[in-house]
Amino acid sequence: MSATIVSLDLDPEVPLSQQGPAPARVVAGFGFWLFLLSDIILFAALFATYAVLSSATAGGPTGTELFDKRHVFMETLCLLASSVTCGFGSLAVARTDARAMYLAMIATFVLGAAFLWMEVTEFAGMVSMGAGPSHSAFLSAFFALVGTHGLHVTLGLAWLVVMLLQVATLGFQPMVARRFFCFGLFWHALDIVWIGVFSIVYLGAH
Amino acid sequence: MQADSPAQGHSPGVATGSDPHHGRSYLIGLGFALVLTAASFWASSTPLVYARALPVLIAVLAVAQMGVHVAFFLHVSSAPDQANNFLALAFGVFITALVVFGSLFIMANLDHNMVSMDQLMQMQR
Repeated sequence: MSATIVSLDLDPEVPLSQQGPAPARVVAGFGFWLFLLSDIILFAALFATYAVLSSATAGGPTGTELFDKRHVFMETLCLLASSVTCGFGSLAVARTDARAMYLAMIATFVLGAAFLWMEVTEFAGMVSMGAGPSHSAFLSAFFALVGTHGLHVTLGLAWLVVMLLQVATLGFQPMVARRFFCFGLFWHALDIVWIGVFSIVYLGAH
Repeated sequence: MQADSPAQGHSPGVATGSDPHHGRSYLIGLGFALVLTAASFWASSTPLVYARALPVLIAVLAVAQMGVHVAFFLHVSSAPDQANNFLALAFGVFITALVVFGSLFIMANLDHNMVSMDQLMQMQR
């Protein structure tokens, strides 16, 4: 645990032209930021599909009949809380404070898993009611959009477990800290996508 | 000197290297996000909001909450040392708007130009 993160702060005494290329953490952060924006464009395509098809219910159940706003509100709170605990976890990684990091990141995992569990129960309930993705264009678009978000959350949870194992085995090396930092960006971006999902899909249901 | 040397950049997600108030930004963000989320869920289930204005209200609240998340959780701002991140974000928002509004516009236009099913039945007779 003796290794610490390379400081991000530039030395103000050295002129910029003599500081060389940007530090790895800045480059990695920017590259991952570009990936996240491309991922959000993927979601934009799914949102557009959903918006076009949301009234094509083919005589099947509509959104207002299927969605339970209280359930969605709980999901939203779980994801929001997990985003905040993830932020505190990232701060703990920056301080190389292992205890605070485990505490915050395990809370993030539990809240993320709770979100996912609620989503899976919702999907299972809809499919058992006969409102599966094959029932209408509206439901296909719904499962594609919300399912892709859920898949991202699943992958995020798997990534979090890998990061916790890396900290446990490798310690807070600069490389591990960079990855953990990218995980934090990913998790916050998923929460931003979820704002779009609950606003357009669940609250905009008609 | 650092203040007027924006070229080195700054990754998103980091407020400033060793800002002691960094943790506070997550709590401020949480407060704003909770208020905005509660407001949109409340607006969608109350009869007090004019029904036809509801989608606009929810969209405004959603955009505001996304802004809160970007500023307080991702710590992306229009500060000079964040020019790269901010430009990338602006481009992402531009493409997203193009995809969403472009698709809606094109599909509405196609729908408008399409012969309705009733008329099609008439023509086949």
